[in-house]
Amino acid sequence: MTASAVPRRAAHRSYREELAASTQRTLARRRIVSRVMIGLTYLAAVLATLPLILILYYLIRVGASSVNWSFFTKIPAPVGEQGGMANAIVGTGILVLIASAIGLPVGIGAGLYLAEQRGTKLANVVRFLSDVLNGLPSIVLGIFAWQVLVRPVKHFSALAGGVALAAMMIPLVTRATEEMIRLVPVSMREAALALGYPKWRTSLSVVLRTALPGIVTGALVAVARIAGETAPLLFTAFGNSFWSFSPAQPIAALPMQIYTYAISPYDEWHAQAWAGALVLLTLVLVISLAARFATRSRFGLGGD
Amino acid sequence: MTDVSSAIAARATPATPPPSAASRIEGSSRGDRVYRWATTGFALLIPILLTFIAWEVFAAGWPALKRFGFSFFFTSDWDAVNEHFGAAPAIFGTIVSSIIALVLATPLAVGVAIFLSEFAPTWVRQPVAFLVDLLAAIPSVVYGLWGILVMVPMLRDHVIPFFKNTLHLGDTPLFSGPAYGPSMLAAGCILAIMVLPYISAVTREVLAAVPRSQREAALALGATRWEMIWDAVLPFARSGIIGGIILGLGRALGETMAVTMVIGNRHEISASLIAPGYTMASVIANEFSEATNDVHVSALMAIGAGLLVVAIVVNAIARWLVWQTGRAGGGQ
Repeated sequence: MTASAVPRRAAHRSYREELAASTQRTLARRRIVSRVMIGLTYLAAVLATLPLILILYYLIRVGASSVNWSFFTKIPAPVGEQGGMANAIVGTGILVLIASAIGLPVGIGAGLYLAEQRGTKLANVVRFLSDVLNGLPSIVLGIFAWQVLVRPVKHFSALAGGVALAAMMIPLVTRATEEMIRLVPVSMREAALALGYPKWRTSLSVVLRTALPGIVTGALVAVARIAGETAPLLFTAFGNSFWSFSPAQPIAALPMQIYTYAISPYDEWHAQAWAGALVLLTLVLVISLAARFATRSRFGLGGD
Repeated sequence: MTDVSSAIAARATPATPPPSAASRIEGSSRGDRVYRWATTGFALLIPILLTFIAWEVFAAGWPALKRFGFSFFFTSDWDAVNEHFGAAPAIFGTIVSSIIALVLATPLAVGVAIFLSEFAPTWVRQPVAFLVDLLAAIPSVVYGLWGILVMVPMLRDHVIPFFKNTLHLGDTPLFSGPAYGPSMLAAGCILAIMVLPYISAVTREVLAAVPRSQREAALALGATRWEMIWDAVLPFARSGIIGGIILGLGRALGETMAVTMVIGNRHEISASLIAPGYTMASVIANEFSEATNDVHVSALMAIGAGLLVVAIVVNAIARWLVWQTGRAGGGQ
């Protein structure tokens, strides 16, 4: 017992040293772990942007050499002949117009309701269901439009394609409208009401007008999104190798034409698909940038 | 009627105060009513549309569901000639490709979100956030094109031989069989790229909702910067991040074009990741044009109905989780 007293004191001292040393070691280790993990998040950032850079690289390298004048002026031609996607570009424009004509009024109206009747039970239910609608796979919306507008009349139509796209557009526009209207200061509404404006005019010509740039942005983002959709068009708009401007007839669309060419076995058509993809992506990006521009420059003062 | 009577009154006795103020209030309240009805009507269109969509999709798939019953979802025959259909391979493919996508995308998406919200130097933050968001803007068919012409050959010639020969995984069931190119693995990879921006966006949003005090407390207790993230921020944001992952799952389940183009389109359940497969959405997209008899079409629509139900359930869960984190963060 007594013999152990001396070693114990020694052990005690070395224990304290040990503790200090081990704390030092753990701290060093913890710092290294921290550095490594933070380094991994940097790596994640690099890896996450890599696919985008690869996709853009191939699009520009292969696509740019295939985009030429006849791409924008001719309709699809058999392999071996110089063809283009002019009708598909116009077709996408027509489909987007039909979808916007249906989707914008409904989306903006519903967005106004959600922003003004905030907190009511119906508003919460509608907001939730709008999110659900937004989460539906686009091909399901295609089935819906097919069942309602194609099957009964037994032929494909641009109108059916437009309706399927409108169903995609509505939740996007609703959400954007609601958020933008909520950003309008209450004082503006109050000022208009105090000047004797009725509620509805306050909502439409003061609040909606102030929120307009934001809503335009939201609408453009929605347009950019639906312009690139293929799945809902496969059995509604169906595609068309020739010019068509009628809502009652099958119509070509840029994404569908890209799909058709991409899964074909011909190199020539692959080149056309790359060109189409480059044009489509440029279109989508230009619309998105236009959305930002619309918010910033023209209505820049209105938002504040 | 009140308008007419007040107008008559105004003409009869011009000396009395002009009725304009009164009629304006009258008119405005009518305007308010009309306005209220109109916006309510537009808002109600959303539930109506959703119900209508669900009803019509089920109506389209009903003949097949009635004919094959619940076994439609558990059998794997797909014989258009003898009119025998089972969706099991497609359901299996949907699940497997989505799991591959989430396994690949989640660490990257959460990593990039942490990088952007906690560690990134200011000048890097915006460009990287922009690039990641840009991934969500690329149309599905462009991913498919790139996938089929660039990624699939790359996987076939470099990645799969690496797994088979260098890592000697060729004998394991996951990498057995010949590599044709289009495969479940390819579908998972392309889906991973596509869902990454969604998971990352939600995660960033959720991380921003974590109170500053949570971070400061951890640092004050002597935590390293990573320990602060790992022990104080991530637990707080956990359910929101899971919500984001489930939201990504919802996107992956319903993704059609890109998957159709790279998955190989074969009705077979195989354990091998390098074998071709099918997903629910890609069956519909791929076979609709070649479906000649009504049972075949209806079977495709029935798969669509299944997809609709799954998408609604998955999205509802995701929204609920994200909403919960937002509430917890706002409450403190």
